[in-house]
Amino acid sequence: MAAPQPITVEDLNIYYGDFLAVEDVNVTIQPRSVTALIGPSGCGKSTFLRTLNRMHEVIPGAYAKGTVEINGENIYAQGVDPVNVRRRVGMVFQKANPFPTMSIRDNVLAGVKLNNRRISKRDADELVESSLKGANLWNEVKDRLDKPGMGLSGGQQQRLCIARTIAVRPEVVLMDEPCSALDPISTLAIEDLIHELKDNYTIVIVTHNMQQASRVSDRTGFFNIAGTGKPGHLIEFDDTEKMFTNPENKQTEDYISGRFG
Amino acid sequence: MSTATTTASTLSGARAAERRLPLWHLLLTGAASLVLAALVLATFGNLSIVGVILLGYVLHLVVTYVYSRVREGRRWAADRVVMLLVIGAFAIALFPLLSLLWKVIVEGGSRVVKAAPHPFAFWTSDMSGVIGGADAGGVLHAAIGTLLITFWASVISIPIGLFTAIFLVEYSSTGWKRTLAKGVTFLVDIMTGIPSIVAGLFGLALFLAFMPDQSVRMGIMGSVALSLLMIPTVVRSSEEMLRLVPLDLREAAYALGVPKWLTVVRVVLRTAIAGLTTGITLAIARVIGETAPLLLTVGMVTGVNWSMFDGRMATLPTFINQQYRAGKANCMSDTVTNVVNGDVYSCSITTNIDRAWAAALTLIVIVMVLNIIARLISHYFSPKLSR
Repeated sequence: MAAPQPITVEDLNIYYGDFLAVEDVNVTIQPRSVTALIGPSGCGKSTFLRTLNRMHEVIPGAYAKGTVEINGENIYAQGVDPVNVRRRVGMVFQKANPFPTMSIRDNVLAGVKLNNRRISKRDADELVESSLKGANLWNEVKDRLDKPGMGLSGGQQQRLCIARTIAVRPEVVLMDEPCSALDPISTLAIEDLIHELKDNYTIVIVTHNMQQASRVSDRTGFFNIAGTGKPGHLIEFDDTEKMFTNPENKQTEDYISGRFG
Repeated sequence: MSTATTTASTLSGARAAERRLPLWHLLLTGAASLVLAALVLATFGNLSIVGVILLGYVLHLVVTYVYSRVREGRRWAADRVVMLLVIGAFAIALFPLLSLLWKVIVEGGSRVVKAAPHPFAFWTSDMSGVIGGADAGGVLHAAIGTLLITFWASVISIPIGLFTAIFLVEYSSTGWKRTLAKGVTFLVDIMTGIPSIVAGLFGLALFLAFMPDQSVRMGIMGSVALSLLMIPTVVRSSEEMLRLVPLDLREAAYALGVPKWLTVVRVVLRTAIAGLTTGITLAIARVIGETAPLLLTVGMVTGVNWSMFDGRMATLPTFINQQYRAGKANCMSDTVTNVVNGDVYSCSITTNIDRAWAAALTLIVIVMVLNIIARLISHYFSPKLSR
């Protein structure tokens, strides 16, 4: 694999129909690192995250204008198939959403099987094992791979979703508040996992938990909104350490120190 | 009064005497009410089981309320009475169903089982050559007709209905598609209210428009007429079921790089399959007993007709209608002889009516079997939640 290149976002405006939700984002996300996005509710951080794998446009009427370059390729260029983008940029959602009709094993293989791709039993076994190990779930489920994925606990389900995401071998993994529905122990498990995953993947995580952002991320972006009905902006983007100790923008400082939001 | 009960009563904010009575008190008051009802009715010389049960039930409501009010307090008394009312409503809802089943089994069962010339011959013979009051014949031809016509009605309706539902739920979010979807929904709602006889007339008129011979009747005409009744039911139920599939699952599939059509096929339909089969079975059950459209479009014959495109066909509902309307048979002697082949059957005055009931039982059995199949499908394909 070629040396990974950063994700470059230029002049990105994100719309829901006529409504401009996020305005003019310019940012460079370093590869093989963890980038956290923080900000108050409704500021557009999740919306921005979803534009990085073109999931945003799944919502009726939603679209984005601008450039997002992943590995030197603009994913918003003419003729780019969002399906191909999503194969390269995986996503983990706020609520764990394993497929209820599938076993644990089939959930991990979902990316392969749902695309009707053939895979030999041995390759499948290997993929299941490596993905579940990659998601730190293997030891807990190896004896019950054929049991339904919905039978796992919330934290396990979320790790199953991460295993499912990395099983398609993406370059980037987007996480939309992956721990917000989990208890502290499961959260810790996932945070540890994020640390391990960044050796191989570029990770962008949206979180409401500022401690979590400071724990897991290398760089942090702060989104804010001027008021209801106004578009969100990326206020500040810097190394996590600097953001949490000595932010340049007054709004960032206020948010991080808990003066609002 | 002990200290403990005093404390408890202060906590519950009610009298100390308020505590639940065991269930057998309720059974006892129930029995007492029935006896009382029987006595009252006997005094007026109107003793009957139905009367005792009805009056007993009403008495029991009063007795329970008063008894429970005294022993348990006002809140529990209300609870008891409402529970009795719920049980009563349940019994009233269940009574027609059970009595219908009972009646059909009693009236039709013996004719099915003890058919001449051998048991269950009713299901293996048709009506060709059966004359007068002969205690013979069966519904093979009608059962085959019903199954064929319903099958082809389903073959027409299920794809149309399912694809319409998929369009409405998955592909009609914006622009002109949204407008189209609103129009489709409106038309489907209107179609739901079409009387079945109108559907039958439409099916007939549609085919006769292309036929030189205006007396032509074919099975497929019936299927088209029935599909008209079936499509809106399938669309409606499938639409509801597809909407129940969480958006999360679609997004999860998209995020794995699964194209939309595969997401619909492999995730949405797969997750909703239990509900879809239930909805489709209900749609089938709705049309399988239709009489009017089939009387118009496929008519009646006495023998088996396997062809959907060649001539009239017998169906169970029309068979029931025909037999019941034929009423009592004329029996000149104890036996009836078929002049063509010389077979001799015993003559039964009630043979037509017996056949009607037995055919009704057959129809119920068919619907039940279809339901069981649908249940099995839902059972094996529904999302597994247990560990």
